[in-house]
Amino acid sequence: MAFGDTLEKLDRRWIFLLVALLVLIPLLRPLRLPLAVSGPARNFYEAVEAVPAGSIVVLAGDFDPASAPELVPMTKSVVRHLFRKNVRIIALELWEGGPPLVDAILHDVGDELGKKYGIDYVNLGYKSGREAVMPSFGNSFSRTFPNDYSGTAVSKLPLMREADTFAQTALFVNISAGYPGTKEWVQQVQGRFDVRMVSGSTAVQAPEIYPYLQSGQVVGLLGGMAGAAEYEKSINVPGAATKGMDAQSSAHMFIAFLILLGNAIYFSRRGAARRPS
Amino acid sequence: MMNLLPVVLTAIVGIVVILSFFVPHPYIAEPAQKLQDWAIVIVASGYVLGAANVYKVNGESAIKRQKDWVYKWILLGSMTGMMVVGFFFSGGTQFLNEGSPFKWGYDFLYVPMQATMFSLLAFFIASAAFRAFRIRTVDAALLAVAALVVMIGRVPLGNLFTAAFPEPIQLPTMANWLLEWPQNAAKRGIAIGAGLGVMATGLRIILGIERSHMREEA
Amino acid sequence: MPARAARVTHSRRPLSFLDCIPPLILTLVLTLGLGAPRSARGQDSLVVAAAVVAAPAPAPAGGVKAIDVPNDRGDAIEVTWTPAPQKSAGDGIVTAYLLERAPAVEGPWTRVDSVGAGTHKKTDTVKSDTPYVYRVTALGAGGAAAPVVSEPVEACAQWFNTGRVSVLLAMLLFFGLVILFTLRAQAGEKLFIRRIAGIDAIEEAIGRATEMGRSVLYVPGINDIDDIQTMASLNILESVAKVTAKYETPIVVPCNYPVVMTLAQEMVKNGYVAAGRADGYDPNSVRYVTTEQFAYVAAITGIMLRDKPAANIYLGSFYAESLLLAETGFSTGAIQIAGTAQVAQLPFFVVACDYTLIGEELYAAGAYLTREPRLLGSLKGSDYMKVALIAAIVVGCVLETIGMTSFKHFFASQ
Repeated sequence: MAFGDTLEKLDRRWIFLLVALLVLIPLLRPLRLPLAVSGPARNFYEAVEAVPAGSIVVLAGDFDPASAPELVPMTKSVVRHLFRKNVRIIALELWEGGPPLVDAILHDVGDELGKKYGIDYVNLGYKSGREAVMPSFGNSFSRTFPNDYSGTAVSKLPLMREADTFAQTALFVNISAGYPGTKEWVQQVQGRFDVRMVSGSTAVQAPEIYPYLQSGQVVGLLGGMAGAAEYEKSINVPGAATKGMDAQSSAHMFIAFLILLGNAIYFSRRGAARRPS
Repeated sequence: MMNLLPVVLTAIVGIVVILSFFVPHPYIAEPAQKLQDWAIVIVASGYVLGAANVYKVNGESAIKRQKDWVYKWILLGSMTGMMVVGFFFSGGTQFLNEGSPFKWGYDFLYVPMQATMFSLLAFFIASAAFRAFRIRTVDAALLAVAALVVMIGRVPLGNLFTAAFPEPIQLPTMANWLLEWPQNAAKRGIAIGAGLGVMATGLRIILGIERSHMREEA
Repeated sequence: MPARAARVTHSRRPLSFLDCIPPLILTLVLTLGLGAPRSARGQDSLVVAAAVVAAPAPAPAGGVKAIDVPNDRGDAIEVTWTPAPQKSAGDGIVTAYLLERAPAVEGPWTRVDSVGAGTHKKTDTVKSDTPYVYRVTALGAGGAAAPVVSEPVEACAQWFNTGRVSVLLAMLLFFGLVILFTLRAQAGEKLFIRRIAGIDAIEEAIGRATEMGRSVLYVPGINDIDDIQTMASLNILESVAKVTAKYETPIVVPCNYPVVMTLAQEMVKNGYVAAGRADGYDPNSVRYVTTEQFAYVAAITGIMLRDKPAANIYLGSFYAESLLLAETGFSTGAIQIAGTAQVAQLPFFVVACDYTLIGEELYAAGAYLTREPRLLGSLKGSDYMKVALIAAIVVGCVLETIGMTSFKHFFASQ
C-alpha cells in the first residue's frame, strides 16, 4: 500500500518530466513507425486531388502560433499539393496572430515550385470581426478585403480579378484551431453559398467537426498532427508531422499507462479498505 | 427613453439580420451587409478601449507600488515596446515583412511563448488522466475504455498492436467507429439543446426580455 | 505544374521558319474571314486556327441554356450546355469551351471564361434586371465549332429564398412556442424548472471564499460578445456579483475582449447596486487582459497562483485553455464550477472541476438564478421545441428506413 500511497501523492512535476522525456527522445531518435491513412484524411486528399488544374481554391488559415506545430505542417502539405496540381490559392486569416505563418508557408512553397504572387496565389491577410467577416467574404471577396496582406489593392492582382465569390472557386480549405473556425464557416458560409469544403483541425477540436463530416457539409478532415502526417504520406512528402508522430505515439501510450496505473492504485486501495482488519 | 433606445436598436438590427437569411433581395441583403460591416468596425475599435483599460488598471498599481507591481511594469513595458517598435521602427504598413524588428519579436518572442503555453496541455492532460480517470461506476468504465481505444488507435504505435487482427477489430477501426457514431450521437444531442438555447437567448435579447446588460438600476 | 512547365518550355524554344508557316497561313485565313468564328480572336484564334490545318474542328455544343440563378440577390446567371457530340470519326475532340455574353445576339460579345472539356456549367456574375444572351463555342485542336447562342435572360432579385422554407417554419414554430410560454408565465402560470446542481453550488462556493477571506475568480470565456455563450455568462455574472456584494467578498473578472469588459463592468455594478452595496463596487475588479488566448491563460493562472481565489467560476465559451485553467485551479485547492456549450471542452471540465454545466444548462442558468417568469417561459418553449425535434428525428429515421426521402429533402436547406 505504501507504494500506492507514494504514487497517489506523487508531485505531478515528476509526471511532467516523464512526458517531456517521452516526447523528446523519439524526436531525437525517430522510430519510423508505419502510418495508416484514415478515411477522413483520404477523403480530404481526394477532394483536393479532384480540383481541376487552373481552378481557384480559397484557403482560410484560422490559427496562431500556439497551434503551429499541428497546423503548419498540414497547411504546408495542402499548399504543396494544390500548387503541384497548378491550382491557384486565395488565402485569408481571421486570427490576428496567424497571417505571418500562412504568408511564410505560401511564399516558401510558392518559391520552391516557381509560383508567382498575384497570379498563382494571393494572401488577403487578416480581417478583424471574426464570424461577421465570413458572410461578408462570401458575398464579395474584394469588398471584404479591398487590400491584400501587404496593402496592395486587390484590383491590381490578376488572380483576384478572376474570383470574387465562392461560385468562382472549386474548393474551400479551412485550417482551424478553434473560434472562429470550421464550425463557423460551415454555419455561415458552406450552406449559404453552396461551398465544397474540407477542414484541417487541431486534434482537440477535430471531434467537433465529425457531425459535419457525416452530413457531407465537410467532405474531408485532417485531425491534428496525425491527420497532417497522414496527408504527408498521401502526397508522398514526409515532413514535420511525420517526424512528430513517434513522439505523439509515446505520449499517448504513457497517458494510457497512467490511466491504467491510476485505476490499479484505486482498486488496490478499495480492496484493502473492504478487507476486515 | 435612454433605456428604450438600445432595446429598439437591438430589435431592429436582430430582425434585419434574421430577415437577410430568408430574403436575398438587395433591399434587405444590403442593409444586413452594412450592419455586419459596422460590427467589424465596432469590434476593431474596441481594442483602443482595451488598451486604455490595460494602462489604467495596471498603471495605477505600478505607480502606487501595489502588490506585484514589478509584473505590472513588465507588462506595460512589453506592451509599449512592441507598439513603439511596430508603429515607428518597422517600416509602417510593412511591419510584418521579413527582417523588420516587429517580425523579429513575432518570430522569436510571440511564437515560442504561445507554443509553450499550448504545449503545457500535454503535461496537464497526463496529470489529469492519472488523477481523475477512476473507474468508479459502469459509466466511468465505458468512458475509460473508449478513451484508451481512441488514444491508442490514433497513433502508429497503437496500430502495430492490432495490425495482425481482422480490420473490424483493429484499434484504428474501432477508434474511428467511436468517433463517428457514439461520439457524434451524443454531440448532436448536446448541440441541438445548445442551439435551441442560443436561439432562445437571441430571441429574448431581440424582444428585450433579457436586457440586464443594458440597464443601470438606481 | 504541367501547364506552367509547358508554357515556359514553349517560350524558351527557338522558333524556326517552319514553325511560323502555319500561323501565317491561318492569320491569312482569319483575315479573309474564311471559317474562323468571331469569338476566336487574338491569341485564342491563333491557337485554334493553327490546328485547322492538321485536324477537323469539333462539333458544336448542344442545348445551351441560360437561367437566372434562383434564390439570390439577382446578380448571377447559370449557363449550362450539353457536350459537343462526336457524330463521326471525322469530328474533332473538344479541348475547351469558350463562354461569352452580350446584351443582344448582335453583340458586342465579351469573354466570360474558358473552361475544360469536362465542364458543362458556369455561373456568371452580372447586373440585375439587364438582358443578356450567352454563346458557347467548342474549341479543339482542329479549331473552333460554330458558336451556339442561348435565349435572352435577365437576373432578378428574389424576395424569398424558397430553399429555406423548412428553416423558416421551424423558426416560426420555435419563436411561437417561446412567446406563448413567456406570455403564459407573465399571466402568472407556475412553471417548474429542475434543479441545476452547478448553479446551486455557486452560492456555497462564494460562502466558502468569504469564510476563507479570499476572492472569487469569474472567467466569462474567451469569446467576444457576438457569441451567445458570452452573453449568457454575463447574465449569470450579475447574479454572482449580487451574492459576492452581499457577502462583501471581492470578485475578479479578467476579460478577453474589450466589449466584454465594458458589459461585465456594467453587470458587476448592477449586481452591487441590486445588493444595496453600490459603494463596494471596484471598477478595477473587471479588467481587460488580452485577446491572445494563451496570454490570457497565463494571466489567469497567474492570478490563481498569486491570489489563490477560493472559488473559480468558468462560464462561457472555452477552447484548449479549459484544462490549463481547471488543472491550475485544482492545484490551488479552489472550488471550481464550469459551464460551456463547447462540447469538445466538456470532458476536461468534468474531470477537473467540482460542478459542470453542460450545454443548454449554461443558457438556462440566467433564468434559473433570477426566476423571472418571462425567462422561465422561454425555457419551457425551448423544451417543447426539443420534443418537436425529437419527433421529427424519429419520423425522419422511420421514413428513411422505408425508403421515403422527401421528408429529409424538405429539411435540406440551401
